[in-house]
Amino acid sequence: MPDMNTLLAGIPAELTRLVLALIGLMAFIGLNGLALVWVERKVAGHVQRRPGPYEVGPFGLIQPIVDAVKLVGKQLATPAGADKFLFWLAPLLSFLPIFLLFIPIPFSENLVGLNTNLGVLLILAFAGLNVLALCLAGWGQNNKWGLLGAGRAVAQSVAYEIPLLLAVLAVSFQTGSLSLAEITAKQGAWPWQWNIVVQPLAFFLYFICAVAETNRAPFDLPEAESELTAGFHTEYSGMGFGLFFLAEYANMIVVCSVATVLFLGGWQGPVEPGWWWFLIKMYALLVVIIWFRWTYPRVRFDQLLNLNWKWLLPLSMVNLLATAFAVKLFA
Amino acid sequence: MISQTFKEAVSAVWSMVVGLKVTGRNFLQPQITVHYPRQVVTNLDTYRGHIELVAKDEDPFKAKCILCGQCENNCPSGCITIESVTRETPAPPAPEPAPGEEAKPAPKPKKVKELTQFMLDYNLCSLCGLCVQHCPVDSLRFSTDVYLAGFSRGEFEFELLEMLQKRGKK
Ligand code: SF4
Ligand code: SF4
Repeated sequence: MPDMNTLLAGIPAELTRLVLALIGLMAFIGLNGLALVWVERKVAGHVQRRPGPYEVGPFGLIQPIVDAVKLVGKQLATPAGADKFLFWLAPLLSFLPIFLLFIPIPFSENLVGLNTNLGVLLILAFAGLNVLALCLAGWGQNNKWGLLGAGRAVAQSVAYEIPLLLAVLAVSFQTGSLSLAEITAKQGAWPWQWNIVVQPLAFFLYFICAVAETNRAPFDLPEAESELTAGFHTEYSGMGFGLFFLAEYANMIVVCSVATVLFLGGWQGPVEPGWWWFLIKMYALLVVIIWFRWTYPRVRFDQLLNLNWKWLLPLSMVNLLATAFAVKLFA
Repeated sequence: MISQTFKEAVSAVWSMVVGLKVTGRNFLQPQITVHYPRQVVTNLDTYRGHIELVAKDEDPFKAKCILCGQCENNCPSGCITIESVTRETPAPPAPEPAPGEEAKPAPKPKKVKELTQFMLDYNLCSLCGLCVQHCPVDSLRFSTDVYLAGFSRGEFEFELLEMLQKRGKK
């Protein structure tokens, strides 16, 4: 694109790329948020043998848009006694880092915001910000349910981040890289050339931890409706709640994208490589997460932590050590 | 000990797969939602709507009710009010005494109680069914109108006898 280049002359190419990526990502996150809400409700409906959204638009497709409009139109109320600054900082803080998480993800060979060789690290580092947001939200709203939810969120995130990291590290050991593009490139097009064949345990652990990290059922304790009304977002109305909601779905997309890159060959799909394979794999994982939600009852908090400290952590350690040995022996 | 723990873990993971299979199968099966108002449900035999009077077999305008008052007395919510009148039917003329017999006393005029109003305040009814159970002549039953709706309390104060007669006309 020569005229594009003259137009943008003087601005570093990397910067324009980043800005364009950010704009694209905004559209991507917004659209996928809407699509996921629809998919979630459709799956929920069909699992319970109901139709799900049905009346608004064909197959209820307009329903999430109408819901979003409703959320935007609602009054933003700050509860009495709340810390106003922290209270409104929290939803922003939960949503804004999402863009950072998406930037290093290679949707196809060239469709990547920032091709850094520390992509995995970037994602893992900034994914932790979400729990800070939840913590602030719970703390700032002067509500006991919120505080309890925030406490749970912290305990849960801190616990599950460790096996998640170790599972990701195992893949990094194996490919010898922290760059998502390189990890993708090292896998082949066909399923038996993907990392999931070599690292099935890591995939299993990663996926469980990812569900827990995104606070999805059966690990949605920070917002357990049955005991905490709505947990950390009890007091949020309108778009305050909307941002948390969007962030949850965006986080789901991130963890599924990372799983796609690390374990399922990324965009190098069978036959013809391309971004569509990436999206198909990502959506398949998302549907599985949604399927989990409508299958499993919520775990108790002690069960949640027991599962992590007694099973996932030792297993991921063993997996990492075994990978390290194998790499030393065969590489 | 350790193998036991691992066996349990494996069976636990397997049980999760079974769970996914159950919801997955349901996902693929046809829906059972009835899309009201485009479709309506038909299996209403066991539905408990508000109570209604049952007509006499020989006269669709008269209830079987014998005015015993059991339903009114037993209703825990006090939502049944029965009104009746007592009519005297003129006595039949005394038969002519046969020759050689003493004349019988003239028969007394018959008193007949007749139901004039059967009020049900459906706002208070808890649908407990005690009235239906207690009626000695099965003159009460549950109606099957699932789509009953109204805008004010007044619309749920029913005159069951009137409703019975309306049904009879149809
Ligand atoms: S169903 Fe129960 S509450 Fe309703 S009218 Fe009969 S006895 Fe009264
Ligand atoms: S219990 Fe039956 S017969 Fe007796 S008053 Fe009520 S409806 Fe009539």
